[in-house]
Amino acid sequence: MADLYPIKVSVNGQSHQCSVQPRTHLVDFLRDELGLKGSHLGCEHGVCGACTVELDGKIVRGCLTLAVQADGGHVQTIEGLSQTGVIRDLQEAFVRRNALQCGFCTSGMLMAAKELLETLPNASRAEVRDWISGNYCRCTGYQAIVDAICDVLKQRKEALV
Amino acid sequence: MKRDLVSLEPSLTPGKDTTAPLAPVSEDQRYIGVSVPRGGIERLTQGQGQYLDDIEIPRMAHVVFWRSPVAHMRITAVNTEFARAMPGVLLVADGHDLAKVCKPWVATLGHLAGMKSAPQYPLALDRACWQGEPVVAVVAESRAQAEDALAYVQVDWEELPAATDMQTALDPATPLIHPELGDNLCFTRSLDVGQVDETFAKADVVADIAFEFGRHTGVTLEPRAQIAHWSPSDRRLTVYHSCQAPHMMQDLYSRQFDLPASAIRVVCKDVGGSFGIKVHAYPDDFATVALSIMLGRPVKFVADRLESFTSDIHARHHHIKARIAVNRDGEILGFDMEDLTGIGPYSMFPRTSAIEGNQVVNLVGGPYKHQHYRARLDVVFQNKTPTCQYRGVGHPIACAVTEALVDLAAQKIGMDPLRIRELNVIPDDAYPTSGISGIKLEILSHQASLKKLREIMDYDALRAEQASLRAQGIHRGIGFATVIELTNPSAAFYGVGGARIASQDGATIRLDPEGHITVLIGVGEQGQGTEGIYQQIAADAVGVDISKVRVVTGDTDATPYGGGTWASRGAGVGGEAVLLAGQALRENIVKVAATILKRAGEGLAVRRDQVIDASTGQALMPLAELGRIAYFRSDTLPADFTPELMVTRHYAQRDYPFIFTNGVQASYVEVDVETGFVKLLKHWTVEDCGRVLNPMLVDEQMRGAIVQGIGGALFEECLYDDSGLMLNASMADYLVPMSAEMPDIVVAHIQTPTASSKLGAKGAGEAGTAGAPAAVMNAINDALTPFDTHVFSQPITPQKVLRALGKVA
Repeated sequence: MADLYPIKVSVNGQSHQCSVQPRTHLVDFLRDELGLKGSHLGCEHGVCGACTVELDGKIVRGCLTLAVQADGGHVQTIEGLSQTGVIRDLQEAFVRRNALQCGFCTSGMLMAAKELLETLPNASRAEVRDWISGNYCRCTGYQAIVDAICDVLKQRKEALV
Repeated sequence: MKRDLVSLEPSLTPGKDTTAPLAPVSEDQRYIGVSVPRGGIERLTQGQGQYLDDIEIPRMAHVVFWRSPVAHMRITAVNTEFARAMPGVLLVADGHDLAKVCKPWVATLGHLAGMKSAPQYPLALDRACWQGEPVVAVVAESRAQAEDALAYVQVDWEELPAATDMQTALDPATPLIHPELGDNLCFTRSLDVGQVDETFAKADVVADIAFEFGRHTGVTLEPRAQIAHWSPSDRRLTVYHSCQAPHMMQDLYSRQFDLPASAIRVVCKDVGGSFGIKVHAYPDDFATVALSIMLGRPVKFVADRLESFTSDIHARHHHIKARIAVNRDGEILGFDMEDLTGIGPYSMFPRTSAIEGNQVVNLVGGPYKHQHYRARLDVVFQNKTPTCQYRGVGHPIACAVTEALVDLAAQKIGMDPLRIRELNVIPDDAYPTSGISGIKLEILSHQASLKKLREIMDYDALRAEQASLRAQGIHRGIGFATVIELTNPSAAFYGVGGARIASQDGATIRLDPEGHITVLIGVGEQGQGTEGIYQQIAADAVGVDISKVRVVTGDTDATPYGGGTWASRGAGVGGEAVLLAGQALRENIVKVAATILKRAGEGLAVRRDQVIDASTGQALMPLAELGRIAYFRSDTLPADFTPELMVTRHYAQRDYPFIFTNGVQASYVEVDVETGFVKLLKHWTVEDCGRVLNPMLVDEQMRGAIVQGIGGALFEECLYDDSGLMLNASMADYLVPMSAEMPDIVVAHIQTPTASSKLGAKGAGEAGTAGAPAAVMNAINDALTPFDTHVFSQPITPQKVLRALGKVA
């Protein structure tokens, strides 16, 4: 077995000093070491997007990012975003629109949607569809997810007026 | 220059009810029929769900499997010595080890006459019969350790000739997969109502098509997973499972492991998608239980995505030759078809792999009133991943065959495709009746649905737009699919064939002391919103606010016995059980109130958490007060009276083999004739699932199911090479619908309740998948009309479109 490497990482605002195997990816680290089960593994090939988390302010595939790559970094997971309330409007819109069925993709979908809202505040419906095309949902057919995100785009714009 | 003339407006705002009002089922109906957001899903938006892999148990071990790398092989030796020596390894076991703990099974059904299959074991014994069949199990303290040790398992094997092509499965030269069966035929069926050849000979026009339907699979985002926990001290087996039918699994474990069912508890927490994939009993599932029994500690199995692709069931691998006879006036006279389907080397346990083909035979031509039908089905074994029931089960195939033939016939006689359907559907006033294949139809609304579809899609305007764009070299097409779907199954599906799969379900509802109610029911939640509609039904049936209803599912120790989720039965069967239990509890509440208030029960009612005077509406007693007295002050009640504030009712649909639903879909596409790419512009559906319990949830079932159907029509296929190796067994290579390619989908409803229940609800989970492949295929072929060519091979890839256009070989 490979040696353990010490890492220091901030997760949802709390700093952790841990020792990890070099091969451990970020989501295994979050789930197995820190007990943060909200990030899910759907393929471990970087395709499905269920493992999407934020590293230093940008969303990454948690299954393609090694835990050692997060050394010295700041990680945000769905648990952290839920606690601070920064995406409460998005979460409420998902419930209101039934933009989730089984919910397995939802954490990653919300992570991607959060970045969309911050990056393209004037996104069109087609741009929303494009943006979340890296996140796989087998249940909804996507329309309710697109509707929910469009609702929040509108709400946030109206709040600025 | 391309223009998007279709308006892509957002879908209706939630809460807007587009359904016609039906008579209420309760005195003060506030929730049934309304788009109530699902209760309890907030936690899923906050990462607080509990999917199988989120569960940890002390001393839990992890299993991984060495799987057959080829389609057919003889196992000559298994050397586990080096793997056992790896760090953390607890056990390495092969098929012979596990066969001492778990009995083999043969998946056949008594009512499918002549069906055969071979005994199957948790791990392959001496032969493996498909790439991905589990052969050796490695159990270790951690998943990583088990995977590390897997590389040190040594299996000596020699490759055997494989039967992979279903077209040649029955040829004498093809190797027999199970020599003891005598051939590679699992099941065959012929249906002939008579005079088919004469009818076709006399018809004005006959259209015939050779169809291909590629294998595809469910790709649940949460892979199959379970934790088996055998506790030797009390001889109890607990299995945490990501599955759809916990009582069915309890019964299967009981039989395969010779344990009393009462010693087995199956628990389903959050299930990350199912679609039929998680309603079957897999060899690695039994293996995981066996390993827990051997080790006396919990063992977790979570399939990785590569394993999912070669060990989850596949579905829909059919080659069909079919024809239709029509007269010039548009009358459909008959259908004639031959279906060949390959199901892998074993029929899948316990539902069997002959059901899908059997459904195709039952359903081809189903919406129409023709009187001549002949069908032949051959279900053959092959050395590929086993196939079995996946969302829609036979319906997408039957619908695509029927609807493509109807379109081709319409084209040949120069009739509008919507018109030929309007002329030929079984009329709305003809029910109850039977389809010519023998299916019993209680009540359908094809005519009303077609009429509504014509309106919501503004058909005439769309045709005019298509014509004007075609003149500009833009090739758009409109395709229809008239759908029937079997839901609310009786015991005719499995029970009569000897499969111990419950068609009945039960619900228990308890009034708790604080005036809240708890509903316990055997049908669980995999995302459809089942728990949400049970909250709605229970709240209305008892007379409480929906915030006071808690629903408990997915635990064989807690819920009444039931069949779980399959064949679109959750709303119609489970929902009826909840309604009956709720109404019975309300009666008992009135009895308690009458006793406490010392007045006649006839004048009392329960509304909005209160016992009220039914005539004046005056509030007499909150349910919380009734609960307090009933539970804590029984000393104040008469000696001969005991409150019964927990009631159970069961329901089985016994009036018909199935309650059929109907609907119609339309697809609007644009085909790029230079690249072969298909752009989905818009999709419409009118569906009739009887009473709509929650329009938003039904709409979302329709949309999700339609998109799954589109996946099969355009993208999804398990591709194999000639030797039986799957070529695209990863999410990167197996294409599924993603948001950018999907159209907005307009959903409208007709409500024709079933009289077989008080609730009147039929199923809504699968009709979308049933109709979408036909609608999309017909739309593509409509777009290709100027080129006098067609595509009838699904998935309809750009390559196939270009081939049809003669642009590639």
